[in-house]
Amino acid sequence: MSATILQVRDLSVTFDVSPRGAMPWTKPLKLKAVDKVSFNLNKGETLGIVGESGCGKSTLARAVIRMLPASGGSVTWMGQPIFDLSQRNMTALRRDVQMIFQDPLASLDPRMTIGQIVAEPLLTHMPKMSRSERDAEVRAVLDRVGILPSMINRYPHEFSGGQCQRIGIARALITKPDLIVCDEPVSALDVSIQAQVINLLMELQSEIGLSLIFIAHDLSVVKHISDRVMVLYLGNMVELAESKSLYSNAKHPYTKALIASVPVPDPTFAKPEIDALLAGDLPSPINPPSGCVFRTRCSKATELCAREKPVAQSIGSDHSVACHHIED
Amino acid sequence: MRTVFEKDKMNALADNLAAMDTVKGRSLWTDARKRYAANRAAMVSTYVLLAVVLFSIFGGYFAQFSNEEIDWAILGSVPEKGQPSIASGHYFGADELGRDLYARVIQGSQVSLMVGFIGAFVAVSFGTIYGAVSGYIGGRVDSVMMRLVDILNAIPFFFVLILLLVVFGRNILMIFIGVGLVSWLGIARVVRGQTLSLKNKEFIEAARATGVPTFTIIWRHIIPNLMGVVIVYGSLLVPDMILAESVISFLGLGVQEPQTSWGVLISEGTGTMQYGTIWQIGFPLFFFTTVLFCFFYIGDGLRDALDPKDR
Repeated sequence: MSATILQVRDLSVTFDVSPRGAMPWTKPLKLKAVDKVSFNLNKGETLGIVGESGCGKSTLARAVIRMLPASGGSVTWMGQPIFDLSQRNMTALRRDVQMIFQDPLASLDPRMTIGQIVAEPLLTHMPKMSRSERDAEVRAVLDRVGILPSMINRYPHEFSGGQCQRIGIARALITKPDLIVCDEPVSALDVSIQAQVINLLMELQSEIGLSLIFIAHDLSVVKHISDRVMVLYLGNMVELAESKSLYSNAKHPYTKALIASVPVPDPTFAKPEIDALLAGDLPSPINPPSGCVFRTRCSKATELCAREKPVAQSIGSDHSVACHHIED
Repeated sequence: MRTVFEKDKMNALADNLAAMDTVKGRSLWTDARKRYAANRAAMVSTYVLLAVVLFSIFGGYFAQFSNEEIDWAILGSVPEKGQPSIASGHYFGADELGRDLYARVIQGSQVSLMVGFIGAFVAVSFGTIYGAVSGYIGGRVDSVMMRLVDILNAIPFFFVLILLLVVFGRNILMIFIGVGLVSWLGIARVVRGQTLSLKNKEFIEAARATGVPTFTIIWRHIIPNLMGVVIVYGSLLVPDMILAESVISFLGLGVQEPQTSWGVLISEGTGTMQYGTIWQIGFPLFFFTTVLFCFFYIGDGLRDALDPKDR
């Protein structure tokens, strides 16, 4: 196993929500978007993060790279605790950690040409680089992601969604980062284009040993690209396992329900028998259920689940589950 | 039957594409320019305005008299002999003191247009930067900066301006300062609102994620994306400035003799209207209203061209 580059320990993110009709002295309500999540990320590995809308996937990813303030826990990047870094060192670190966004067109400045957009990280981190060198780099990276370098002076609105996403990837790649955080990079794209973008990411990963944190709500996409997958529910990690074992041998009732909910394209394939599909909605993260956050929708919930919060326990290599009833 | 795609041709095309020189993009500005050019009222207004500006710059070369010179031949009998005529050289007639109105109108146009353009430019530049910084940084900084705007907005502007002119003497600089003090408030507010909606866009987050410094983000991403609003607002601020200056001059507090402006000329013209010297108010008023109309149509056209969604 290769070296761990990112360690996240007990990371929590809390937002203040002011209650309706609040007086200035009423305490704001706390919304726990991410609650004590821990994981490691190795060099060249892809970690998938899945979960329903609003379960804290994007918040977690942003807190990890300090785009949002964390309220507790620690993140260690190559041995450096990043929450203690000065603004200046943090800027230097941003060169090694890049990000790709959900909406391909919205993530490109409409007033800039794609050449300027892709060159921006270089301009920020290597201001001394000459214009011609920078131009050459931009053309090379655009060529790598499959955009004709002669398009360098075009504007984002002149490209399709898939092309825009590839331009976004080019921008993330140009500083030769070690980690790219992908925040639902394919959910706004057509299925055929999704495959293009994902295959591009996987090629790049094997070429330059990139690590990825890949957020999605499409389980089949995550299965295809990830080495390990983390399942989030209401800001809590419920299961973290290697991609293969998660899909074949899910332990947590929530994970099972999630996998069962994936539509099977071919009706002749039998759908795996599942206890019950989930009913109801995600409870409010302002006022989460006591004990296990999933107990309100869980078929196996007992009195123990309401009383005690399950801790993540390791079962076998690289597989941990937070549930009181794993054996059942 | 031949194949639909001729292979050689397609290969040649592919080679062509690959070897093609850098394609020039069609920016949002190019699109806006096209839409603007298609707007007839705005284009006519632009040309008329351009003509007035050129007239105020070069019209002086055709004047038969200077703006200070008093034509003694007609002094005392202006209503009879000072009428506009090509023959006498007073193309726009003469004013009450026998000065050439043509030269005076040119002089007034220069002053009024200058007040309008420079005033609006300063107000828009300052207001844009102020609003963008306030909106982008947000939080407490935003609160303090916006409360300052509220406070300045609450001060009765004309009262302060008149006070300034009385205390520090009447001069054009004082008008600039007085009008400038309040005119940036509106744009600062508008720009702040736009910035608030812009700063949550993903491309701003992308810039932050790559580590672009705050003020560079404001300069490189926020302000260019605000330009649409700013230009429209600016084009409407120019006539506001001209109007404000004219009102003050009309009240007798503005530009001083021997300087003049449209407001002063109109004021003088109204004073002598009853003696039948209708040209003394007619010519300055014509330029004044024409230019204001032009600016309003241009502002309208710019708005349609720059954000086609809001039409």
